[in-house]
Amino acid sequence: MYLVTKNPIDLTAVLREVSHPSAGGIALFVGTTRDENEGRRVERLEYEAYDDMALAEMRAIGDAMKRRWGLLAVAMVHRIGVVPIADASVAVAVAAPHRDEAFAACRFGIDTLKAQVPIWKKEFYADGSRWIGACAVHEHRDEGA
Amino acid sequence: MKLRVLFFAYLRERCGHEVVIDADDGASVGDVWALLRRRYPALDEVTVRFAVNRVYVDKAHPLQDNDELALIPPVSGGT
Repeated sequence: MYLVTKNPIDLTAVLREVSHPSAGGIALFVGTTRDENEGRRVERLEYEAYDDMALAEMRAIGDAMKRRWGLLAVAMVHRIGVVPIADASVAVAVAAPHRDEAFAACRFGIDTLKAQVPIWKKEFYADGSRWIGACAVHEHRDEGA
Repeated sequence: MKLRVLFFAYLRERCGHEVVIDADDGASVGDVWALLRRRYPALDEVTVRFAVNRVYVDKAHPLQDNDELALIPPVSGGT
């Protein structure tokens, strides 16, 4: 299951997607949106994706994880649009015969997703907004702030 | 040849989401990148990766008619 969605992530559905009779364990990483970044209070977050490519990249990462760790199933879901503080923005779940493989693969999955998948986060503050990943010149400050 | 060029995140805010451009037959990604930088001052001093038809490529990649070229600013998905 690979999904980019504007809706809240259904974690129960993600777990159901990777459940497998030969699995000895499922590892699930849930990334949640934080109200602070580099000392600034974040009021709102928005994510934007290059949807088709994001899905293709997620699938390629998942396939590589299956081969490397002998996984039985992989699921990756990323939410886009406005995501309220403390909600899940991303979920990576893997099912493996044993827990060592499950933990290692899940860690690799979220790390690689963050580095490769074309999705961008914008943080909104009381006095402006900023695309994360961009350098400081792309910060926008509201007039009068 | 005609190319569809896509912009995302802060580049989309400055250049628009999508533009169709004419490029010389046989042009590479690097050739078109130079052309785009002449047209869009906002692309000065930005760091991007390139994707053609939804696959990462390097600047030497040769383009074909109707290719979809995406400029990918540093990604920041996850949390």
